[in-house]
Amino acid sequence: MTALMLLVPLAAPLLAALVYAVFGWRRATAHAGTAGAALVLADAIALAVRVMRRGSAEILGGWLRADPLAAFMLLGIGTIGLLACAASPAYLAAHGNAHDGQRQGAREGAGATRRYGMLVSGFLAAMATAVLAGNLGLAWIAIEATTIVTAFLVGHAGTRQALEAAWKYTVICSVGIALALLGIIVLYAAARHAGLGESSALEYTALINHARTLDPAVTRMAVALMILGFGAKAGLVPLHAWLPDAHSQAPAPVSALMSGVLLPVAFSQVLRVTAIGNAVLGTGFTRTLLLIMGLGSLALAALLLIAQRDYKRMLAYSTMEHMGLITVGAAIGTRLALAAILLHIAGHGLAKAVAFITSGHILSAEGTTRIDQVKALGARQPVLAGIFGCALLALLGFPPFSLFASELALARSGFAAHLGWPTAAAFALVLLAFAALAAHAARMLLGDPDHDPVVDARPAAPGVLGLITRTPLITALVAVAVLGITAWPISSLINTAAQTGHR
Amino acid sequence: MTTMSTPANGASELLDLAAGVFLLAAVAILWLRDVAAQTRLLAVQGSALAAMAVVLGAEQAHPELYAVAAGVGLLRAVVLPALLRRAVNARAADRETRPLLNVGASLLTAAALVLLAYAVAQPLVRLEATAAARALSVGLSVVLIGLLVLVTRRNALAQVVGFLLLDNGITAIAFLAAAGVPLLVELGVSFDLLLVVLVLRVLTTRMRAVFGSADLDDLRELRD
Repeated sequence: MTALMLLVPLAAPLLAALVYAVFGWRRATAHAGTAGAALVLADAIALAVRVMRRGSAEILGGWLRADPLAAFMLLGIGTIGLLACAASPAYLAAHGNAHDGQRQGAREGAGATRRYGMLVSGFLAAMATAVLAGNLGLAWIAIEATTIVTAFLVGHAGTRQALEAAWKYTVICSVGIALALLGIIVLYAAARHAGLGESSALEYTALINHARTLDPAVTRMAVALMILGFGAKAGLVPLHAWLPDAHSQAPAPVSALMSGVLLPVAFSQVLRVTAIGNAVLGTGFTRTLLLIMGLGSLALAALLLIAQRDYKRMLAYSTMEHMGLITVGAAIGTRLALAAILLHIAGHGLAKAVAFITSGHILSAEGTTRIDQVKALGARQPVLAGIFGCALLALLGFPPFSLFASELALARSGFAAHLGWPTAAAFALVLLAFAALAAHAARMLLGDPDHDPVVDARPAAPGVLGLITRTPLITALVAVAVLGITAWPISSLINTAAQTGHR
Repeated sequence: MTTMSTPANGASELLDLAAGVFLLAAVAILWLRDVAAQTRLLAVQGSALAAMAVVLGAEQAHPELYAVAAGVGLLRAVVLPALLRRAVNARAADRETRPLLNVGASLLTAAALVLLAYAVAQPLVRLEATAAARALSVGLSVVLIGLLVLVTRRNALAQVVGFLLLDNGITAIAFLAAAGVPLLVELGVSFDLLLVVLVLRVLTTRMRAVFGSADLDDLRELRD
């Protein structure tokens, strides 16, 4: 039973990918990916209950392992995967046709949608493998596999910009993750020298249990390389340059997946590596490194948000800002701070996924990604603007959404851990990003539609979102609000998972 | 091992020779501008890497390393350079790269990087004072030279060469520091590497179709 629970998250999306490979993307198969994601979500819930009741489970000689952190991340993959897969057919219908006429025949268009279906499902399977991996080697392989499958998703549109983004994404992430591999190898050498066996020298639990025997100087080098490398995939300074390009060029549901789950999945590796580093070196080293990377990402994102002219890039920089804040939380590293960042990951993932998916609908309604060309959306497309606006309010940290609660908890834990200055600096930068994002959003959503030559010249846009498109997005936003009020039903899971990286 | 027997000395000399060829190939790649010649050097470097694995396998009586050496040799000395060469030959105009640094400055930087690698590798060398561990700084030098190539070349294929240099360096460190990672991990890593290079090749082909060249200076549309 346990073995099945650990294998379904890998097998279900792969099966969906197989369906696309064999039958192509048709009306009947369009939601195969959605079904796969739903299975992942159902399995994640079962696994979370199992892990909370009976502790961690492992199969295949420890290669696959479910602990509370893995179950939590898997819940995120299932939920946001479900949202993104459910939104994909509508996105492809709206954007696929224009793109077929422009560049290629219907036949190649069918090839492109088939490839899209296969790659998105493969992406989910790779992420599930990364969180369930019981050792650093398998986790590395799975995270590198996410780069491989998403490279063509980023370049899906086939335009100059999309190809440029895909190239940067593949090169920067592969180099970053190569540095992580170097770190893993160095740590493996240290572990072997300390007497660990060949198979256990890369296992998280074995490494933590034998922390006292690992050579500190070598471990310091390994941990620095791994945090830098996995941090690249989490969009953190200094290897962040791929993030805004890839998020702005990828199809909207893929951007939602990248922002909402891929970055947190990579970040969960940073958390696990930090736990190993702390066990060997004490808290000082990782804390300094994470503070530099977190505050650097926050500062860069806040500054670039101010002058942003493209709303998808705006959302991308907002993601970078939130990842920066999460990294600062990891640097604080107390149990409260870690619980807060997990709640923040959940809230941000859901809200940002909704924002990105809605940005795809705004793009098809307005035909532009420029902020200054979308005006008075609230009056012309109330439902669309309402959902986008609520998602942005959640991202800005307004109550009742859960990001308010998690940011408050982060601030409290920062001062409690005597990290007053870094915490204050982080929240000053969050405030700057808040102002920039709120100003851009107001320009897009508010205003009077009647006296605007730019908007008047635009052909009448297709009507409001259909019920099927609308419902999952609104449900997700309600979920973020419920999380903010009660943290139910995942509070105990978050609290237990926070122990994984606890100092 | 207090008494070094003659065969072990011979082995360590062979290891030093292979490591020397490994490093020289990286420096020569930095020196040359012709991407086709760079791919030939990459094949030489891949062979040197396989040779290192064979010597280590013999020295440490670790027969599993022979199989790994065969796989590594096939992938890095034959398959990957061949993939790149086919991409290079597809278009003569992409053979020459225009590095951001001239040859003299590149080589001076490489010398500085080798010294840096020597300093950084010290904790690892202290961990185990064997001939293999002493050669570790060579692997680290190649990693750093690969990064230098990646940063200073503005041609898509030359960047792939830089990425492969980086990866060869990492594999060399895996052999020298720990006699290779577990076989399953090594297989997964190699498979991922092969796929990344294939992805980059397909992207290069598409960029040529859309941009008319593989010159990354044309990639200037996305910035803030």
